Amino acid sequence: MDSRARVVLDEADIGRGIRRIAHEIVEKARGSDDLILLGIPTRGVALANRIASAIGEIEGTQVPVGSLDITLYRDDLRLRPARALETTSIPAGGIDSKVVVLVDDVLFSGRTVRAALDALNDIGRPAAVRLAVLVDRGHRELPIRPDYVGKNLPTSHSEQVRVELDEVDGTDRVAILGHVEDGAAG
Amino acid sequence: MTLVVRGVRPYGEDAVDIVVSDGVIVELAPPGTAAGEIVDADGLVALPGFVDLHTHLREPGREDAETVRTGSQAAALGGFTCVHAMANTSPVADTAGVVEQVWRLGQEAGLVDVRPVGAVTVGLGGERMAELGAMAHSAAQVRVFSDDGKCVHDAVLMRRALEYVKAFDGVVAQHAQEPRLTENAQMNESELSGRLGLVGWPAVAEEAIIARDVLLAEHVGSRLHVCHLSTAGSVEVVRWAKARGVQVTAEVTPHHLVLTEDLVATYDPVYKVNPPLRTAEDVAALREALADGTIDIIATDHAPHPHEDKDCEWAAAAMGMLGLETAFGVAMETMVVPGRLSWRELAQRMSTAPAHIGGVRTQGHELVPGAVANIAVVDPEGTYLVDPTKLASKSRNSPYAGRTLPGRVVHTIYAGTPTVLDGALA
Amino acid sequence: MKHLLSAADLSRDEAVLIIDTAAELAAVTDRSVKKLPTLRGRTVVNLFFEDSTRTRISFELAAKRLSADVINFAAKGSSVSKGESLKDTALTLEAMGADAVVIRHGSSGAPHRLANSDWIQGSVINAGDGTHEHPTQALLDAFTLRRHLRSGAGDLSGVRVAIVGDILHSRVARSNVLLLKTLGAEVTVVAPPTLMPYGVESWPCHTSYSIDDVLPDVDAIMMLRVQAERMQAAYFPSSLEYSRMFGLDSARVARLPEHAIVMHPGPMNRGMEISADVADSPRSVMVEQVTNGVSVRMAVMYLLLGGMQEEI
Repeated sequence: MDSRARVVLDEADIGRGIRRIAHEIVEKARGSDDLILLGIPTRGVALANRIASAIGEIEGTQVPVGSLDITLYRDDLRLRPARALETTSIPAGGIDSKVVVLVDDVLFSGRTVRAALDALNDIGRPAAVRLAVLVDRGHRELPIRPDYVGKNLPTSHSEQVRVELDEVDGTDRVAILGHVEDGAAG
Repeated sequence: MTLVVRGVRPYGEDAVDIVVSDGVIVELAPPGTAAGEIVDADGLVALPGFVDLHTHLREPGREDAETVRTGSQAAALGGFTCVHAMANTSPVADTAGVVEQVWRLGQEAGLVDVRPVGAVTVGLGGERMAELGAMAHSAAQVRVFSDDGKCVHDAVLMRRALEYVKAFDGVVAQHAQEPRLTENAQMNESELSGRLGLVGWPAVAEEAIIARDVLLAEHVGSRLHVCHLSTAGSVEVVRWAKARGVQVTAEVTPHHLVLTEDLVATYDPVYKVNPPLRTAEDVAALREALADGTIDIIATDHAPHPHEDKDCEWAAAAMGMLGLETAFGVAMETMVVPGRLSWRELAQRMSTAPAHIGGVRTQGHELVPGAVANIAVVDPEGTYLVDPTKLASKSRNSPYAGRTLPGRVVHTIYAGTPTVLDGALA
Repeated sequence: MKHLLSAADLSRDEAVLIIDTAAELAAVTDRSVKKLPTLRGRTVVNLFFEDSTRTRISFELAAKRLSADVINFAAKGSSVSKGESLKDTALTLEAMGADAVVIRHGSSGAPHRLANSDWIQGSVINAGDGTHEHPTQALLDAFTLRRHLRSGAGDLSGVRVAIVGDILHSRVARSNVLLLKTLGAEVTVVAPPTLMPYGVESWPCHTSYSIDDVLPDVDAIMMLRVQAERMQAAYFPSSLEYSRMFGLDSARVARLPEHAIVMHPGPMNRGMEISADVADSPRSVMVEQVTNGVSVRMAVMYLLLGGMQEEI
């Protein structure tokens, strides 16, 4: 990791955030019969799986988990070379009349969520769509707000937030990279 | 009027002043001593003016591609003083009327001897013999007969033509291409044609006709000339025939001495030509044959085509390449620079022998007093960057665009009169 | 990647990327809304100089599923039949703002000409040129092979495929030999010697003159359409003899390994290269090939047009 990186969440912080999200989801759903978690690849899928396990520990139920690739719905496709698609897998039974919780690692501009909502629209008609993110770093460009947040992280626009998860990166931590060049991810 | 080509080295030998008067070389004087109108050629090489036995001037019929005048200009710039205009015009040069028209247009242009080639068969149809005698006895005095572009594939007709032209010391120049083996053929048949999905043009389609024709020529005791040899196998057949004493002569084009079939992989029709570009092995065999005399001459097969006939997909494109203005450079690159031919041998291949085959008495003379003053003055140290937009030819289909060829034609003198001075039309 | 002209242009990774992408896109077919917004505002022209309804509609459906605007420009009934050249047609399409041209042409290399000329700026996708190549067909075949024989992932290492029929005139065979080799498969082309291309021994595949020799050792057999016209040109003596020596009937299918699949790019000549019962048997994956064709063509269009246009 870059030497300018400042670690803001460690493994324990991430675990706490996930458990909080799980509790809130359960609370709000009042039982999780119609619940589906859809992770947005890549790290959103790992988070969705962790949240599902946490809900399982709380409720003793298995929440279906899927993944939703939003690449084909992005509004910035023409700004970069065409990229490989990630997996979309919708749990058996589909999303119609279900409460779908979209899970992503970082909420920034809101454009990814906008794309995910468009994608969902083509797949079915959920009863409700909610949004869970590990980190909300602000700077929204669209009228989108999260329902469940692991950690609110005030950042400057030019900073970059990097989430690393064991399943993908071999370690659990969230760091802020100082004033990097334009085009920072998030 | 006296013209002095000052300080020039005939055949690259000792420098002299070539003194020309009334269209004839009158003296080889010590350099810098002769008086008259001076053409500076200090250190340059003088060769007898080149004679092309195979040129397409397109007139009459396709004046959008070339005219006798523009073709003559291209020829002069290439160091030529004589070209043989092929018969596949529209109308076909199969009557005395058409060959006389072409001959007269050549006279009017006045830059090179334009010697019309007569068609062997009416309309190049391959069925009835054209009036060869009438063409021979016309003002154009045709001596070379060819259906070039098409093969005289009927064996009986070929035999009769070979026999018939003996009466006026003519020669049949055969375009050797077995038609059935080359139906819709697009490129050399090879591993590459298989890969590119282009219909193959097997070497055997050329070699089988040459083999048949040399046997026919031997049988009837006639002269045979074979156009544009393109394969190593053709070289072997001609070598065999010559060893047997058959009166056969053969030509190779500049492009078959330097370009190979790999270029077809670009699908750029500028490389589409008949016969097709062959392999590197064929190119090597052709160079060797030209060096050892199995192949007698270089002939350009200058084939102008308007832009639209090349600016299209491969199969729809016309076959042929420009050659007059680049022939010397290619000969330099492939034969002279690598030491395969001396200057005298190059003069033989590009002037003396073609003049002899074509029966042109005023061309191909050795550069000595008494000779008609047809002279190409070349700079062996110069180079020529091929820019198709700057060619004198009306067409632009040169396969050498962007290439730098060694050697440069500096002056051309046709029958005692400069047609090209310092690389530009005089 | 700007154009798709030849299977030879694809590296292993590029080919796998296309097939992986196709696998993701295939799921769209199962949804109620079979459409993605990805190529909204882009214009794809199907420029077909040869009749091929099935290939054209496959490309058309693929483009429409990605929300591109599709224009079908068929040689028949257009200015091409009045003698307009490829160049002028291309200039017209360019003036209309085509982002991609899907071209089917009878002349080998026509897509290369289009791509390498200055006639158009957009992407060129070869939908079959003369007897040269048909790269999207090879991609859909590879996709189908991978699904059946490699659980839908990775490449085709070790998969043994026989391609039987008129190899000489087949653009499908050319593209498949190149692509399947790139993906690690072992290909054998089978044909009478007259229908083998000159120089086939230098191709990256095995050759055989006997279908019976290869049957027991393949994982898939791909039958090519043989046109009866070839008979007149003396490539083989009669349809009957061809079908007896090279046709796939149920007796021959019985000699294939249990798991082997039967493929055909279509359209089939039932009774010629393939018997009707084989064509309709569960071993045949022809219908699936058609479905996969749409996914693969979506993948190609997405990868060529979905992102920023590369600098040239």
